[in-house]
Amino acid sequence: MVPLSYYLVLSGILFACGVTGFLIKRNIITIFMSIELMLNGVNLSFVAFAAHWHVLAGQVFVFFVMVVAAAEAAVGLAIIIAVYRTRETLNIDQVNLLKL
Amino acid sequence: MSVHLILFLAFGIVAVAGAVNLLVQRHPINSALSLIAVMAALSGEYLLLGAEFVAAVQVIVYAGAIMVLFVFVIMLLNAGVEEQTKGSRVALLFGVPGMLLGSLLVAWVVLKHSGTEAVMAGAMPGPPKAIADLLFHEFLLPFEITSILILIAIMGSVVLASKPSVPGGGPAKKVND
Repeated sequence: MVPLSYYLVLSGILFACGVTGFLIKRNIITIFMSIELMLNGVNLSFVAFAAHWHVLAGQVFVFFVMVVAAAEAAVGLAIIIAVYRTRETLNIDQVNLLKL
Repeated sequence: MSVHLILFLAFGIVAVAGAVNLLVQRHPINSALSLIAVMAALSGEYLLLGAEFVAAVQVIVYAGAIMVLFVFVIMLLNAGVEEQTKGSRVALLFGVPGMLLGSLLVAWVVLKHSGTEAVMAGAMPGPPKAIADLLFHEFLLPFEITSILILIAIMGSVVLASKPSVPGGGPAKKVND
C-alpha cells in the first residue's frame, strides 16, 4: 500500500522538473517538451486523487488534459516550423521580435 | 516493504531520472527519448493505481502519437546541440538553495499532514465501460467542446505550417516581404 502523499510528491517533483526545464532550456522544442512534462505531473495527481476518493471523474479529466496537450503540441510544433522558416533558428534567445 | 511500494519506487525513480535527464541533455533528441521513458514509467504508476485504461491511453497517445510528432519535428528541422547561454550568477547563488529548501518544505508538509491512509491498488478499477459511461453522459458537453478544440487545432496547424508561397496562406509571408 502506497500513501497518497507519495504520489503527490512524485507528481510535484515531475512538475518542478518541467518548470525548471521551461526556465533554463534554450531550445524551443525542449521547452515544449518541458510543458508536456508538467502536464504529465498533473495527470499523475489526477489519477492518484481519483483512486483515493473513489471518483472516476478524475480519470475522465486525464483524457481532457491529454486532448488539450495533443492540440497544443500540434499547434505549437506548427508555430515552431513557421518560426524556423522565417528566423532560421531554434534558439529562443534569437526569437525576440516582441521584445522592447 | 510491500510489493506495491517497491514497484512505486521503481517506476518513480525511473520517472524522476528521466525528467532530470531531460534537463541535463543538450541535444533535443535525447531529451525526447528521456521524456518517452518518463511517460512509460508514469503508465506503470497508473497501472499501480488501478487505472488500466488511462495507462494504455498514456502509452498509445502520449508516448506514441505526441512524442512521434516531437521526434518528427526535431528530425525535420535538423535540430542540433543547444547553445548555452550564460545565466545570472545571483539566480544560481540564491535560486538553487531556495528551490531545494522550498521543495523539501512542501514535501515535508505533504508527507506529514496527509495522513496514513493508503491508496488501495486496484481498489477502484477504471474499466473502459465505466469511463465511457461517465464521458458520454455527465461530461458530454466538455467532450464535444474538446472535439471542436481538436478541429480548430488541426486547421490552425495546417494554416501555420503551410508554405508561405501559397496565396493567402501562412503568416510567414508578411515577414518575408
